[in-house]
Amino acid sequence: MKPAAMLLLAILAVAACQREERDTRPQSALGSGEQPTPVTTLEPGGQRPSPTDNKAASFEANAFHLSEGKRLFGWFNCSGCHANGGGGMGPALMDEKWIYGSSMESIHATIRDGRPNGMPSFRDKIPDDQIWELAAFVRSLSGNAPSSAAPSRNDDMMVHPSENRMPDAATLGKSP
Amino acid sequence: MKRLASIAFAAAIALFLQGCAGWQSALDPKGPAASELAWLIWFFTGLCAVVWVLVMAALAVPLMMRSRERLEPLVLDAGADNRKLRVVMTAVGLTAVILVGLTLLSFFANRTLAAIGSDAALTIRVTGHQWWWEVRYEDATPSRILTTANEIHIPAGEPVRLLLTSTDVIHSFWVPSLSGKLDLIPGHMNVLDIKADKPGVYRGQCAEFCGAQHANMGTFIIAEPRAEFEAWWNDQLQPAAAPTSDEAKTGEDLFLKRPCVMCHKIGGTPAGGTVAPDLTHVASRQTLAAGTLTMSRGNLAAWIADPQGVKPGSHMPVVDLSGDELNAIVAYLEGLK
Repeated sequence: MKPAAMLLLAILAVAACQREERDTRPQSALGSGEQPTPVTTLEPGGQRPSPTDNKAASFEANAFHLSEGKRLFGWFNCSGCHANGGGGMGPALMDEKWIYGSSMESIHATIRDGRPNGMPSFRDKIPDDQIWELAAFVRSLSGNAPSSAAPSRNDDMMVHPSENRMPDAATLGKSP
Repeated sequence: MKRLASIAFAAAIALFLQGCAGWQSALDPKGPAASELAWLIWFFTGLCAVVWVLVMAALAVPLMMRSRERLEPLVLDAGADNRKLRVVMTAVGLTAVILVGLTLLSFFANRTLAAIGSDAALTIRVTGHQWWWEVRYEDATPSRILTTANEIHIPAGEPVRLLLTSTDVIHSFWVPSLSGKLDLIPGHMNVLDIKADKPGVYRGQCAEFCGAQHANMGTFIIAEPRAEFEAWWNDQLQPAAAPTSDEAKTGEDLFLKRPCVMCHKIGGTPAGGTVAPDLTHVASRQTLAAGTLTMSRGNLAAWIADPQGVKPGSHMPVVDLSGDELNAIVAYLEGLK
Protein backbone atom coordinates (compact mmCIF):
# COMPACT_ATOMS: atom_id res chain seq x y z
CA MET A 1 0.00 0.00 0.00
CA LYS A 2 2.74 2.35 1.04
CA PRO A 3 4.76 2.19 -2.24
CA ALA A 4 1.55 2.73 -4.19
CA ALA A 5 0.79 5.87 -2.18
CA MET A 6 4.37 7.08 -2.69
CA LEU A 7 4.08 6.49 -6.42
CA LEU A 8 0.80 8.38 -6.53
CA LEU A 9 2.38 11.31 -4.65
CA ALA A 10 5.36 11.31 -7.01
CA ILE A 11 3.07 11.34 -10.04
CA LEU A 12 1.09 14.22 -8.52
CA ALA A 13 4.30 16.14 -7.84
CA VAL A 14 5.56 15.60 -11.39
CA ALA A 15 2.18 16.67 -12.75
CA ALA A 16 2.81 20.09 -11.21
CA CYS A 17 5.75 20.49 -13.58
CA GLN A 18 3.30 20.94 -16.43
CA ARG A 19 3.13 24.65 -17.15
CA GLU A 20 1.98 26.97 -19.82
CA GLU A 21 3.96 26.70 -23.04
CA ARG A 22 5.88 29.84 -23.87
CA ASP A 23 6.28 30.29 -27.58
CA THR A 24 9.14 32.78 -27.93
CA ARG A 25 9.34 32.35 -31.67
CA PRO A 26 5.82 32.62 -33.05
CA GLN A 27 5.20 32.34 -36.75
CA SER A 28 4.64 36.00 -37.45
CA ALA A 29 7.34 35.75 -40.13
CA LEU A 30 4.83 33.90 -42.26
CA GLY A 31 2.81 37.06 -42.80
CA SER A 32 0.27 39.04 -40.92
CA GLY A 33 -3.20 37.66 -40.43
CA GLU A 34 -5.70 38.75 -43.01
CA GLN A 35 -8.82 37.27 -41.49
CA PRO A 36 -11.86 39.19 -42.73
CA THR A 37 -13.09 40.73 -39.50
CA PRO A 38 -16.03 43.03 -40.27
CA VAL A 39 -15.33 46.64 -39.30
CA THR A 40 -19.02 47.26 -38.81
CA THR A 41 -21.89 45.22 -37.50
CA LEU A 42 -24.30 46.92 -39.88
CA GLU A 43 -25.14 44.26 -42.40
CA PRO A 44 -28.13 43.84 -44.72
CA GLY A 45 -30.38 41.12 -43.41
CA GLY A 46 -29.07 41.15 -39.85
CA GLN A 47 -25.73 40.59 -38.17
CA ARG A 48 -23.09 38.60 -39.99
CA PRO A 49 -21.48 35.94 -37.81
CA SER A 50 -17.99 37.06 -36.88
CA PRO A 51 -15.30 34.69 -38.17
CA THR A 52 -12.90 33.46 -35.54
CA ASP A 53 -9.16 33.25 -35.77
CA ASN A 54 -7.22 30.44 -34.13
CA LYS A 55 -4.65 32.99 -32.92
CA ALA A 56 -7.40 34.59 -30.84
CA ALA A 57 -8.04 31.41 -28.89
CA SER A 58 -4.35 30.67 -28.32
CA PHE A 59 -3.47 34.21 -27.22
CA GLU A 60 -6.42 35.30 -25.09
CA ALA A 61 -5.75 33.08 -22.06
CA ASN A 62 -1.96 32.83 -22.32
CA ALA A 63 -0.18 34.56 -19.44
CA PHE A 64 3.01 35.21 -21.42
CA HIS A 65 1.20 36.87 -24.32
CA LEU A 66 -0.97 38.91 -21.94
CA SER A 67 2.05 40.28 -20.10
CA GLU A 68 3.87 40.99 -23.37
CA GLY A 69 0.75 42.89 -24.44
CA LYS A 70 0.95 44.92 -21.26
CA ARG A 71 4.56 45.82 -21.97
CA LEU A 72 3.77 46.81 -25.57
CA PHE A 73 0.78 48.88 -24.42
CA GLY A 74 3.26 51.04 -22.51
CA TRP A 75 6.01 50.96 -25.13
CA PHE A 76 3.73 52.03 -28.00
CA ASN A 77 2.12 54.78 -25.93
CA CYS A 78 -1.44 53.50 -26.09
CA SER A 79 -1.79 55.45 -22.85
CA GLY A 80 -1.40 58.65 -24.87
CA CYS A 81 -5.10 58.36 -25.75
CA HIS A 82 -6.43 55.56 -23.56
CA ALA A 83 -4.66 56.55 -20.30
CA ASN A 84 -3.80 53.11 -18.90
CA GLY A 85 -7.25 51.95 -19.96
CA GLY A 86 -9.09 54.67 -18.09
CA GLY A 87 -9.79 56.66 -21.23
CA GLY A 88 -9.05 60.22 -22.21
CA MET A 89 -8.89 61.35 -25.80
CA GLY A 90 -9.74 57.77 -26.71
CA PRO A 91 -12.43 55.61 -25.12
CA ALA A 92 -11.94 53.85 -21.81
CA LEU A 93 -10.88 50.22 -22.16
CA MET A 94 -11.61 49.03 -18.63
CA ASP A 95 -15.40 49.36 -18.65
CA GLU A 96 -18.07 47.10 -20.12
CA LYS A 97 -18.72 49.29 -23.18
CA TRP A 98 -17.24 48.08 -26.45
CA ILE A 99 -18.06 50.25 -29.45
CA TYR A 100 -16.86 47.62 -31.90
CA GLY A 101 -17.34 44.46 -29.84
CA SER A 102 -15.24 42.81 -27.19
CA SER A 103 -14.00 39.83 -29.20
CA MET A 104 -10.27 39.36 -29.78
CA GLU A 105 -10.89 39.56 -33.52
CA SER A 106 -12.62 42.95 -33.23
CA ILE A 107 -9.90 44.44 -31.03
CA HIS A 108 -7.23 43.04 -33.33
CA ALA A 109 -9.00 44.63 -36.32
CA THR A 110 -9.24 47.92 -34.42
CA ILE A 111 -5.51 48.03 -33.81
CA ARG A 112 -4.56 46.72 -37.25
CA ASP A 113 -6.93 48.76 -39.40
CA GLY A 114 -7.86 51.67 -37.15
CA ARG A 115 -11.35 53.05 -36.53
CA PRO A 116 -13.12 56.26 -37.49
CA ASN A 117 -12.74 59.21 -35.12
CA GLY A 118 -9.14 58.85 -34.22
CA MET A 119 -7.83 55.30 -33.77
CA PRO A 120 -4.91 55.07 -36.23
CA SER A 121 -4.02 51.95 -38.18
CA PHE A 122 -0.94 50.09 -37.01
CA ARG A 123 -1.03 47.62 -39.91
CA ASP A 124 2.61 47.88 -41.00
CA LYS A 125 3.96 49.26 -37.75
CA ILE A 126 3.32 46.35 -35.39
CA PRO A 127 4.00 42.71 -36.31
CA ASP A 128 0.78 40.68 -36.33
CA ASP A 129 1.59 38.56 -33.27
CA GLN A 130 2.28 41.69 -31.25
CA ILE A 131 -1.13 43.06 -32.31
CA TRP A 132 -2.72 39.87 -30.99
CA GLU A 133 -0.81 40.31 -27.74
CA LEU A 134 -2.05 43.88 -27.42
CA ALA A 135 -5.61 42.75 -28.16
CA ALA A 136 -5.38 40.06 -25.48
CA PHE A 137 -4.12 42.59 -22.94
CA VAL A 138 -6.82 45.14 -23.83
CA ARG A 139 -9.48 42.49 -23.18
CA SER A 140 -7.92 41.71 -19.81
CA LEU A 141 -8.27 45.36 -18.78
CA SER A 142 -12.02 44.88 -18.40
CA GLY A 143 -11.87 41.51 -16.68
CA ASN A 144 -12.35 39.47 -19.85
CA ALA A 145 -9.27 37.32 -19.28
CA PRO A 146 -8.95 34.55 -16.67
CA SER A 147 -7.40 36.06 -13.54
CA SER A 148 -4.93 33.16 -13.42
CA ALA A 149 -3.41 34.41 -16.70
CA ALA A 150 -3.90 38.21 -16.55
CA PRO A 151 -0.82 40.30 -15.63
CA SER A 152 -0.40 40.48 -11.89
CA ARG A 153 2.04 43.26 -11.14
CA ASN A 154 2.29 46.86 -12.23
CA ASP A 155 5.82 48.13 -12.70
CA ASP A 156 4.72 51.72 -12.10
CA MET A 157 2.12 53.58 -10.07
CA MET A 158 -1.21 52.76 -11.70
CA VAL A 159 -4.67 54.27 -11.48
CA HIS A 160 -6.25 50.85 -11.14
CA PRO A 161 -5.36 47.51 -9.58
CA SER A 162 -3.41 44.98 -11.60
CA GLU A 163 -5.37 43.24 -14.35
CA ASN A 164 -5.83 39.97 -12.48
CA ARG A 165 -7.55 41.86 -9.68
CA MET A 166 -9.93 43.72 -11.98
CA PRO A 167 -13.64 42.96 -11.49
CA ASP A 168 -14.86 40.07 -13.58
CA ALA A 169 -16.63 41.29 -16.73
CA ALA A 170 -19.35 38.68 -16.36
CA THR A 171 -20.50 40.01 -12.99
CA LEU A 172 -19.11 43.55 -13.22
CA GLY A 173 -17.77 43.17 -9.72
CA LYS A 174 -21.17 42.49 -8.19
CA SER A 175 -22.09 39.25 -6.54
CA PRO A 176 -23.91 37.10 -9.09
CA MET B 1 53.10 6.85 -12.92
CA LYS B 2 52.04 8.92 -9.96
CA ARG B 3 54.52 11.59 -10.96
CA LEU B 4 53.11 11.66 -14.48
CA ALA B 5 49.59 12.12 -13.12
CA SER B 6 50.63 15.05 -10.94
CA ILE B 7 52.42 16.70 -13.88
CA ALA B 8 49.28 16.26 -15.99
CA PHE B 9 47.21 17.73 -13.15
CA ALA B 10 49.52 20.76 -12.86
CA ALA B 11 49.34 21.27 -16.63
CA ALA B 12 45.54 21.11 -16.52
CA ILE B 13 45.44 23.69 -13.71
CA ALA B 14 47.81 25.94 -15.67
CA LEU B 15 45.57 25.69 -18.75
CA PHE B 16 42.52 26.39 -16.62
CA LEU B 17 44.15 29.48 -15.10
CA GLN B 18 44.93 30.73 -18.61
CA GLY B 19 41.23 31.54 -18.78
CA CYS B 20 41.77 34.14 -16.04
CA ALA B 21 43.75 36.45 -18.33
CA GLY B 22 42.23 38.63 -21.01
CA TRP B 23 39.68 41.38 -21.36
CA GLN B 24 37.25 40.12 -18.73
CA SER B 25 39.08 38.96 -15.65
CA ALA B 26 39.13 40.04 -12.03
CA LEU B 27 42.63 38.53 -11.78
CA ASP B 28 43.98 40.75 -14.56
CA PRO B 29 43.32 44.24 -13.16
CA LYS B 30 43.52 47.27 -15.44
CA GLY B 31 42.26 49.96 -13.09
CA PRO B 32 42.90 51.15 -9.52
CA ALA B 33 39.71 49.63 -8.10
CA ALA B 34 40.35 46.24 -9.67
CA SER B 35 44.04 46.30 -8.57
CA GLU B 36 42.99 47.07 -5.01
CA LEU B 37 40.47 44.23 -5.02
CA ALA B 38 42.88 41.81 -6.70
CA TRP B 39 45.60 42.58 -4.14
CA LEU B 40 43.08 42.14 -1.32
CA ILE B 41 41.81 38.77 -2.57
CA TRP B 42 45.36 37.44 -3.12
CA PHE B 43 46.40 38.55 0.37
CA PHE B 44 43.28 37.03 1.96
CA THR B 45 43.71 33.80 0.03
CA GLY B 46 47.43 33.60 0.87
CA LEU B 47 47.01 34.28 4.56
CA CYS B 48 44.07 31.90 4.89
CA ALA B 49 46.10 29.22 3.05
CA VAL B 50 48.98 29.65 5.52
CA VAL B 51 46.58 29.39 8.48
CA TRP B 52 44.98 26.30 6.97
CA VAL B 53 48.35 24.60 6.48
CA LEU B 54 49.38 25.43 10.08
CA VAL B 55 46.11 24.04 11.48
CA MET B 56 46.43 20.88 9.42
CA ALA B 57 50.02 20.45 10.60
CA ALA B 58 48.97 20.99 14.20
CA LEU B 59 46.38 18.27 13.75
CA ALA B 60 48.65 15.88 11.88
CA VAL B 61 51.69 15.99 14.18
CA PRO B 62 49.94 14.69 17.35
CA LEU B 63 48.06 12.12 15.27
CA MET B 64 51.34 10.76 13.91
CA MET B 65 53.15 10.74 17.26
CA ARG B 66 51.81 8.11 19.60
CA SER B 67 51.93 9.71 23.01
CA ARG B 68 53.23 7.42 25.64
CA GLU B 69 50.83 6.35 28.36
CA ARG B 70 51.19 8.19 31.60
CA LEU B 71 52.21 5.90 34.36
CA GLU B 72 49.69 7.40 36.69
CA PRO B 73 46.84 8.82 34.59
CA LEU B 74 45.20 10.61 37.51
CA VAL B 75 48.30 12.47 38.71
CA LEU B 76 48.19 16.18 37.94
CA ASP B 77 50.92 17.34 35.55
CA ALA B 78 50.91 21.11 35.97
CA GLY B 79 53.74 21.62 33.46
CA ALA B 80 51.99 19.83 30.58
CA ASP B 81 48.63 21.50 31.30
CA ASN B 82 50.26 24.93 31.28
CA ARG B 83 51.94 24.17 27.96
CA LYS B 84 48.60 23.19 26.45
CA LEU B 85 46.94 26.30 27.83
CA ARG B 86 49.69 28.49 26.31
CA VAL B 87 49.28 26.83 22.91
CA VAL B 88 45.52 27.35 22.92
CA MET B 89 45.74 30.95 24.13
CA THR B 90 48.38 31.75 21.48
CA ALA B 91 46.13 30.29 18.78
CA VAL B 92 43.13 32.29 20.04
CA GLY B 93 45.21 35.47 20.23
CA LEU B 94 46.61 34.97 16.72
CA THR B 95 43.11 34.34 15.35
CA ALA B 96 41.88 37.60 16.90
CA VAL B 97 44.87 39.52 15.53
CA ILE B 98 44.42 38.06 12.01
CA LEU B 99 40.67 38.72 12.00
CA VAL B 100 41.10 42.32 13.13
CA GLY B 101 43.96 42.78 10.65
CA LEU B 102 41.95 41.47 7.68
CA THR B 103 38.93 43.57 8.71
CA LEU B 104 41.10 46.68 8.80
CA LEU B 105 42.64 45.83 5.41
CA SER B 106 39.17 45.40 3.93
CA PHE B 107 38.07 48.68 5.49
CA PHE B 108 41.00 50.64 4.08
CA ALA B 109 40.58 49.00 0.66
CA ASN B 110 36.96 50.16 0.69
CA ARG B 111 38.09 53.69 1.52
CA THR B 112 40.49 53.61 -1.41
CA LEU B 113 37.70 52.42 -3.71
CA ALA B 114 35.36 55.15 -2.50
CA ALA B 115 38.01 57.83 -3.07
CA ILE B 116 38.56 56.93 -6.75
CA GLY B 117 35.74 59.00 -8.15
CA SER B 118 35.66 61.90 -5.73
CA ASP B 119 36.73 64.29 -8.50
CA ALA B 120 35.12 62.54 -11.49
CA ALA B 121 34.62 65.01 -14.32
CA LEU B 122 32.43 62.75 -16.46
CA THR B 123 29.08 61.28 -15.45
CA ILE B 124 27.50 58.43 -17.42
CA ARG B 125 24.02 57.11 -16.73
CA VAL B 126 23.82 53.37 -17.38
CA THR B 127 20.33 51.86 -17.52
CA GLY B 128 19.80 48.12 -17.65
CA HIS B 129 17.13 46.68 -19.93
CA GLN B 130 16.25 43.09 -20.77
CA TRP B 131 18.83 42.47 -22.34
CA TRP B 132 20.96 45.45 -23.28
CA TRP B 133 22.56 48.54 -21.73
CA GLU B 134 21.41 52.08 -22.34
CA VAL B 135 24.30 54.53 -21.95
CA ARG B 136 23.69 58.26 -21.54
CA TYR B 137 26.54 60.76 -21.31
CA GLU B 138 25.55 63.68 -19.12
CA ASP B 139 26.66 67.20 -19.92
CA ALA B 140 25.81 70.67 -18.64
CA THR B 141 24.92 71.65 -22.23
CA PRO B 142 21.69 69.84 -23.15
CA SER B 143 22.64 69.58 -26.82
CA ARG B 144 25.74 67.60 -25.86
CA ILE B 145 23.86 64.91 -23.94
CA LEU B 146 24.42 61.68 -25.82
CA THR B 147 22.54 58.39 -25.69
CA THR B 148 24.04 55.19 -27.10
CA ALA B 149 23.83 51.53 -26.25
CA ASN B 150 25.98 48.62 -25.08
CA GLU B 151 29.39 50.28 -25.54
CA ILE B 152 30.77 52.69 -22.99
CA HIS B 153 33.57 54.96 -24.13
CA ILE B 154 35.60 56.57 -21.35
CA PRO B 155 38.75 58.68 -21.27
CA ALA B 156 41.67 56.57 -20.05
CA GLY B 157 43.39 57.56 -16.81
CA GLU B 158 40.43 59.63 -15.58
CA PRO B 159 37.85 58.66 -13.01
CA VAL B 160 34.32 58.34 -14.42
CA ARG B 161 31.15 58.32 -12.36
CA LEU B 162 28.50 55.78 -13.42
CA LEU B 163 24.90 56.24 -12.29
CA LEU B 164 23.26 52.83 -12.46
CA THR B 165 19.55 52.11 -12.66
CA SER B 166 17.17 49.73 -14.44
CA THR B 167 13.77 49.84 -16.11
CA ASP B 168 12.54 46.30 -15.61
CA VAL B 169 14.33 43.88 -13.28
CA ILE B 170 17.51 43.94 -11.22
CA HIS B 171 20.66 43.74 -13.34
CA SER B 172 24.27 44.03 -12.19
CA PHE B 173 27.08 45.98 -13.82
CA TRP B 174 30.39 44.16 -13.73
CA VAL B 175 33.56 44.92 -15.64
CA PRO B 176 35.99 42.69 -13.71
CA SER B 177 39.13 44.22 -15.20
CA LEU B 178 38.14 47.65 -13.85
CA SER B 179 36.02 47.34 -10.72
CA GLY B 180 33.73 45.28 -8.55
CA LYS B 181 30.11 44.77 -9.47
CA LEU B 182 27.10 46.84 -8.49
CA ASP B 183 23.40 46.21 -8.98
CA LEU B 184 21.10 48.20 -11.26
CA ILE B 185 17.78 48.44 -9.44
CA PRO B 186 14.49 49.79 -10.88
CA GLY B 187 13.57 53.09 -9.26
CA HIS B 188 16.89 53.44 -7.45
CA MET B 189 20.17 55.04 -8.49
CA ASN B 190 23.45 53.38 -7.56
CA VAL B 191 26.79 55.13 -8.01
CA LEU B 192 29.93 53.34 -9.21
CA ASP B 193 33.22 55.07 -9.95
CA ILE B 194 35.54 53.45 -12.45
CA LYS B 195 38.91 54.33 -13.83
CA ALA B 196 40.98 52.60 -16.50
CA ASP B 197 44.73 53.13 -16.15
CA LYS B 198 45.51 52.60 -19.83
CA PRO B 199 43.62 52.73 -23.13
CA GLY B 200 42.10 49.41 -24.05
CA VAL B 201 38.89 47.42 -24.46
CA TYR B 202 37.46 45.71 -21.39
CA ARG B 203 34.46 43.41 -21.45
CA GLY B 204 31.66 43.58 -18.92
CA GLN B 205 28.81 41.23 -18.21
CA CYS B 206 25.49 41.45 -16.40
CA ALA B 207 26.21 39.70 -13.11
CA GLU B 208 22.69 39.24 -11.72
CA PHE B 209 20.33 36.73 -13.31
CA CYS B 210 17.81 38.90 -15.14
CA GLY B 211 15.91 36.51 -17.41
CA ALA B 212 16.29 34.30 -20.45
CA GLN B 213 19.13 36.18 -22.13
CA HIS B 214 21.11 37.14 -19.01
CA ALA B 215 24.21 35.43 -20.40
CA ASN B 216 23.95 37.47 -23.62
CA MET B 217 23.95 40.83 -21.86
CA GLY B 218 27.50 41.93 -22.41
CA THR B 219 29.02 45.40 -22.61
CA PHE B 220 32.34 46.87 -23.63
CA ILE B 221 34.28 49.61 -21.92
CA ILE B 222 36.48 51.35 -24.44
CA ALA B 223 39.10 53.50 -22.74
CA GLU B 224 40.74 56.03 -25.07
CA PRO B 225 43.07 59.01 -24.69
CA ARG B 226 41.12 62.17 -23.84
CA ALA B 227 41.44 63.70 -27.34
CA GLU B 228 40.15 60.56 -29.06
CA PHE B 229 37.31 60.33 -26.58
CA GLU B 230 36.26 63.93 -27.28
CA ALA B 231 36.42 63.28 -31.03
CA TRP B 232 34.27 60.16 -30.60
CA TRP B 233 31.71 62.09 -28.54
CA ASN B 234 31.48 64.85 -31.15
CA ASP B 235 31.07 62.22 -33.90
CA GLN B 236 28.28 60.50 -32.02
CA LEU B 237 26.43 63.79 -31.52
CA GLN B 238 26.04 64.16 -35.28
CA PRO B 239 22.76 63.01 -36.83
CA ALA B 240 22.84 59.74 -38.72
CA ALA B 241 24.67 59.61 -42.05
CA ALA B 242 22.32 60.07 -45.00
CA PRO B 243 21.98 56.93 -47.17
CA THR B 244 24.29 57.11 -50.18
CA SER B 245 23.13 54.27 -52.45
CA ASP B 246 19.63 53.67 -53.82
CA GLU B 247 19.44 50.44 -51.87
CA ALA B 248 20.28 52.22 -48.63
CA LYS B 249 17.72 54.91 -49.41
CA THR B 250 15.07 52.19 -49.86
CA GLY B 251 16.28 50.73 -46.58
CA GLU B 252 15.72 54.02 -44.77
CA ASP B 253 12.18 54.29 -46.16
CA LEU B 254 11.46 50.72 -45.11
CA PHE B 255 12.91 51.34 -41.65
CA LEU B 256 10.53 54.26 -41.17
CA LYS B 257 7.50 52.42 -42.59
CA ARG B 258 7.92 49.07 -40.88
CA PRO B 259 7.85 48.06 -37.20
CA CYS B 260 11.55 49.07 -36.64
CA VAL B 261 10.46 52.65 -36.10
CA MET B 262 8.19 51.76 -33.19
CA CYS B 263 11.10 51.03 -30.84
CA HIS B 264 14.38 52.37 -32.29
CA LYS B 265 15.73 55.89 -32.65
CA ILE B 266 17.86 57.16 -35.52
CA GLY B 267 18.94 60.75 -35.01
CA GLY B 268 18.07 63.06 -37.89
CA THR B 269 15.11 60.93 -39.04
CA PRO B 270 11.53 60.72 -37.73
CA ALA B 271 12.44 57.46 -35.94
CA GLY B 272 12.34 58.34 -32.26
CA GLY B 273 11.60 55.20 -30.25
CA THR B 274 13.36 54.97 -26.91
CA VAL B 275 12.50 51.47 -25.73
CA ALA B 276 15.22 49.77 -27.79
CA PRO B 277 18.87 50.64 -28.53
CA ASP B 278 19.59 53.93 -30.31
CA LEU B 279 20.76 53.06 -33.83
CA THR B 280 22.03 56.50 -34.92
CA HIS B 281 25.63 55.21 -35.15
CA VAL B 282 25.00 51.50 -34.82
CA ALA B 283 27.61 50.44 -37.38
CA SER B 284 30.37 52.21 -35.41
CA ARG B 285 29.94 49.73 -32.55
CA GLN B 286 31.95 46.54 -32.32
CA THR B 287 29.07 44.22 -31.54
CA LEU B 288 25.36 43.70 -32.09
CA ALA B 289 22.70 42.71 -29.59
CA ALA B 290 24.72 43.53 -26.44
CA GLY B 291 27.94 41.71 -27.25
CA THR B 292 26.21 38.69 -28.80
CA LEU B 293 27.38 39.05 -32.43
CA THR B 294 30.31 40.91 -33.93
CA MET B 295 29.28 43.79 -36.19
CA SER B 296 29.16 42.66 -39.80
CA ARG B 297 26.71 42.79 -42.67
CA GLY B 298 25.95 39.09 -42.33
CA ASN B 299 25.32 39.29 -38.61
CA LEU B 300 23.11 42.38 -39.03
CA ALA B 301 21.00 40.47 -41.54
CA ALA B 302 20.88 37.37 -39.33
CA TRP B 303 19.85 39.42 -36.31
CA ILE B 304 17.05 41.30 -38.12
CA ALA B 305 15.79 38.23 -39.99
CA ASP B 306 15.45 36.12 -36.85
CA PRO B 307 16.25 37.82 -33.54
CA GLN B 308 14.52 34.97 -31.70
CA GLY B 309 16.96 32.50 -33.23
CA VAL B 310 19.96 34.50 -31.95
CA LYS B 311 18.53 35.55 -28.57
CA PRO B 312 15.39 33.49 -27.82
CA GLY B 313 13.01 35.49 -25.65
CA SER B 314 14.51 38.87 -26.50
CA HIS B 315 11.99 41.66 -26.97
CA MET B 316 12.82 42.23 -30.64
CA PRO B 317 10.03 40.57 -32.64
CA VAL B 318 10.35 38.66 -35.89
CA VAL B 319 9.31 41.18 -38.55
CA ASP B 320 7.78 40.03 -41.81
CA LEU B 321 10.35 41.20 -44.42
CA SER B 322 11.10 39.92 -47.90
CA GLY B 323 14.70 39.14 -48.86
CA ASP B 324 15.05 42.38 -50.82
CA GLU B 325 13.58 44.44 -47.97
CA LEU B 326 15.98 42.80 -45.50
CA ASN B 327 18.97 43.54 -47.75
CA ALA B 328 17.92 47.15 -48.15
CA ILE B 329 17.52 47.68 -44.40
CA VAL B 330 20.90 46.04 -43.73
CA ALA B 331 22.53 48.24 -46.40
CA TYR B 332 21.08 51.30 -44.68
CA LEU B 333 22.11 50.28 -41.16
CA GLU B 334 25.59 49.34 -42.34
CA GLY B 335 26.09 52.94 -43.43
CA LEU B 336 25.25 54.35 -39.99
CA LYS B 337 28.84 54.74 -38.89
